[in-house]
Amino acid sequence: MLSVGIDIGSRTIGLAVLEEGRLIREELRDTGFTPLETVKEMLLSLPPARITATGYGRHAAGAEFAHGIITEIKAHALGAVHCCPGVKTILDIGGQDTKVILLDHRGSVTDFQMNDKCSAGTGKFLEVMATALGYESLEEFGRESLLGNPGVKISSMCTVFAESEAISLLHSGRPRRDIGLALHLSVAEKAYGMLQRVHHHKPVAFTGGVARNPCVVALLEGLLKEKLIMPQNPQMAGALGAALAGCQSPEPVTST
Amino acid sequence: MGNGYREMWKSLGLDLDAHDQLLQALPPTYGEVYLSQQDRPAAMEYFDFVINEIHGLRIQELQEHKASGGKVVGTFCVFVPEEIIRAAGGICIGLCSGIDMGAAQAEKVLPRNICPLIKSFMGFKLAKVCPYFESCDMVVGETTCDGKKKAFEILNDYVPVHVMETPQMKRERDMVLWREEIGDLVTGVEALTGGDVTADSLRQAIKEVNGKRRALLRLAELRKNNPSPISGKDGLLIEQIAMYDDVERFTLKVNELCDELEIRLKEGKGAHKPGAPRIIVTGTPMAVPNWKVAHIIESSGAIIVAEELCTGLRYFANTVPENGENIEEMLDLLGKRYLNINCACFTPNQGRMEDLLRLAEEYKADGIIHCSLTFCDPYAVEANRVEKILREKGIPLLKIETDYGQEDSGQLKTRIEAFLELIG
Ligand code: SF4
Ligand code: SF4
Repeated sequence: MLSVGIDIGSRTIGLAVLEEGRLIREELRDTGFTPLETVKEMLLSLPPARITATGYGRHAAGAEFAHGIITEIKAHALGAVHCCPGVKTILDIGGQDTKVILLDHRGSVTDFQMNDKCSAGTGKFLEVMATALGYESLEEFGRESLLGNPGVKISSMCTVFAESEAISLLHSGRPRRDIGLALHLSVAEKAYGMLQRVHHHKPVAFTGGVARNPCVVALLEGLLKEKLIMPQNPQMAGALGAALAGCQSPEPVTST
Repeated sequence: MGNGYREMWKSLGLDLDAHDQLLQALPPTYGEVYLSQQDRPAAMEYFDFVINEIHGLRIQELQEHKASGGKVVGTFCVFVPEEIIRAAGGICIGLCSGIDMGAAQAEKVLPRNICPLIKSFMGFKLAKVCPYFESCDMVVGETTCDGKKKAFEILNDYVPVHVMETPQMKRERDMVLWREEIGDLVTGVEALTGGDVTADSLRQAIKEVNGKRRALLRLAELRKNNPSPISGKDGLLIEQIAMYDDVERFTLKVNELCDELEIRLKEGKGAHKPGAPRIIVTGTPMAVPNWKVAHIIESSGAIIVAEELCTGLRYFANTVPENGENIEEMLDLLGKRYLNINCACFTPNQGRMEDLLRLAEEYKADGIIHCSLTFCDPYAVEANRVEKILREKGIPLLKIETDYGQEDSGQLKTRIEAFLELIG
């Protein structure tokens, strides 16, 4: 049986296809302005399958074509446990939110936390800062900032205030990469604070778009004093988890 | 609500344009949250009617009462003994403050970062949109939390406020203070209404209000069943209406509803799918029309079986013993009943922890959701005590902090659904 997981996030849509429990396809696209249309396009070439939706667009998908719905929390837990067996804590930093999920020894969720209704410390924050500092891409921003010198301090968590802080630092002649390092540090510190608040256990897996940013990873590992476990494709954990949930579900597929 | 009431609203001094906006904010939400529920008990019709007539019929009743020389007294807290207001011939109205209205007006006199309930009542008064508020001859405030305590000083510029000093602890000497405060309230209310609180009138008032509380308790008892015969949203609605409806009629209607629910239970009819997780909500009051969290919880597939809230069990869990011989004794008993309420404004507030554990057991709850309004220090801080004890007992807890806005609904839904997945 085919099981399809779709993770409809604010920035990206992930799709994972499992055949008899084996991953046969993965795809990631920008969400765009019409997320459901994007999803339908992604599903087009697939034979009938059981579809499980997660992410903030899950209910919309459930109303139209998905057979099952699970939250991002459950999806990420299933996905991360599958790629990183033995993981005890998941840190997921996506486009618009940050979550920390605690797991027991069987990989079941025991507690979780999500950030407030605010983009501070998320992918969106880094995106705004990359543009403010004139970087071409997020990849470049991360790579360059990793080479920055410490010493600059960004005091504001708020995206809007931090942006003006970064710009005035730039005007005062601070090297771009040093400011970049400070901005990445503020993201890492925020995530670290959240991990501490929920009394995380090690090992910690890092997922979501921001997990692909080498500067955040290095800074977080420094704060945690341990290596983070990185799934091969950190942005696919949600979709993979949804597809796995579909495999576990007893209900048969009726239509697509 | 028909235009037939416009004259009445005008004579109350309402800002009619702003009031129209408020009414427009009400009905669609109500339809979506309440009327969309499947197979509701027939007796809910009365409560729908009350909401539909929220600024109509009941206000007219208050006006008639006033026209014949009666007084209307508004309150904001379940610590204010309504029996005394009733015994002096007044009508007691629990003012709601559950919607973000007149915030701009409120911010003229209040800081921006303050509990939405406080901001809402100030906004209602300043924007002149609430006919209940405009009907009040006096408001009885209390010194429960700092925000309210100080806001009453400001409110007093617009309507006379009698402030009761609610103690912060529950020792013998606090009881002595509280008993004196009750005596002062009697004097204050008598001066307003011109009526005397007599042994007979007080006995009668205690009986009537007890009757209302017993009806609510009966309803709460029925919700211990599995399946629960009524949705938590409907339960909350009734508890909200309890604050301002006519006491005797309300009591009758709640009892009629309970009769119907008993039959439903015999037929095995529940208000939810079998196996739905049973949830208790606890925290700050949810005033009309604040149904946000209850709606999200129940539309995510769970059933709320009890509200450990002031719009809930804290309001009716205890009655006043009816065996007071004379007025002094009755006031003693009344005072004791009220000081027994377990609000986070007290320290310590161990009683609330015990209540929660007992409720979780009695209502066979699968989990507890702690909701506090933003900037409410007493409840937000006390959430830690709640978490500690529930963790010890292995009862799952989700803590939420939110206001009257809808921006965080999506995120709240995710968190609540994830919590239900976790306990399911
Ligand atoms: S929470 Fe406390 S202060 Fe607020 S209404 Fe209830 S008893 Fe009064
Ligand atoms: S919710 Fe909290 S801050 Fe607001 S009035 Fe009640 S006790 Fe005070």
